[in-house]
Amino acid sequence: MIEMMLIVSLVFFILAIAVSVYRIIRGPSLPDRVLAMDLVGINLLSGIAIFSILLDTTAFFDVILLIGILAFIGTIALTKFIERGAIIEYKRDR
Amino acid sequence: MKINDVILQTVAKVVVFIILTLGVYIFLAGHHNPGGGFVGGLVLASALVLLYLSFDIKTVHKGLPFDFKLIAALGAFTVVAAGVGALFFNESFLTQTFLSWTWPIVGKMGVSTVTIFEAGVALAVVGVVITIILSISEDV
Repeated sequence: MIEMMLIVSLVFFILAIAVSVYRIIRGPSLPDRVLAMDLVGINLLSGIAIFSILLDTTAFFDVILLIGILAFIGTIALTKFIERGAIIEYKRDR
Repeated sequence: MKINDVILQTVAKVVVFIILTLGVYIFLAGHHNPGGGFVGGLVLASALVLLYLSFDIKTVHKGLPFDFKLIAALGAFTVVAAGVGALFFNESFLTQTFLSWTWPIVGKMGVSTVTIFEAGVALAVVGVVITIILSISEDV
């Protein structure tokens, strides 16, 4: 029963990634594409977590933490690009 | 307009230490598990990139006054030196040895010369990645 639920949730994660890939290809503007790329990362993270429950192993914990950190840094870079135009500044104007 | 980034900087100060810990863990796990110098260096570089994102180049260089091109060169030199060092013991290039004995506190633990090689790889990766990112982020 639990295994069935995990497999169904994996299928839904794959569907969500497919919808996000459509948005990456079709997206009208650049922030749409970057945000869809971030969504692919988060869905991949959740899918790997479900998969490690399914396989009953702890070998994927490094992968989960690494994808989470990279998605976090990507989100910060996107928001800073939208807010200021420059991602890494030489000196903040205070 | 004055831009308020208190939350970003406060979170970044905590998260940088988590990422640095993960980087050192991945670097040391490379002996028997997935990981190693290359991935560890990339994770350490991503921690530095988070610092550069949340603060600015001038502030970070005041705290970390390193020339990252020199760090990359030092890493490449360490890699080559760890390979050439085997030639002095009548072995072929890049031969690595493994040694394990009982330590006073931690018990039985192995020491290997691959760690020197991997440290060189990690230093080279950190230097190259930070140099590339700082170069492409400059104003044209």
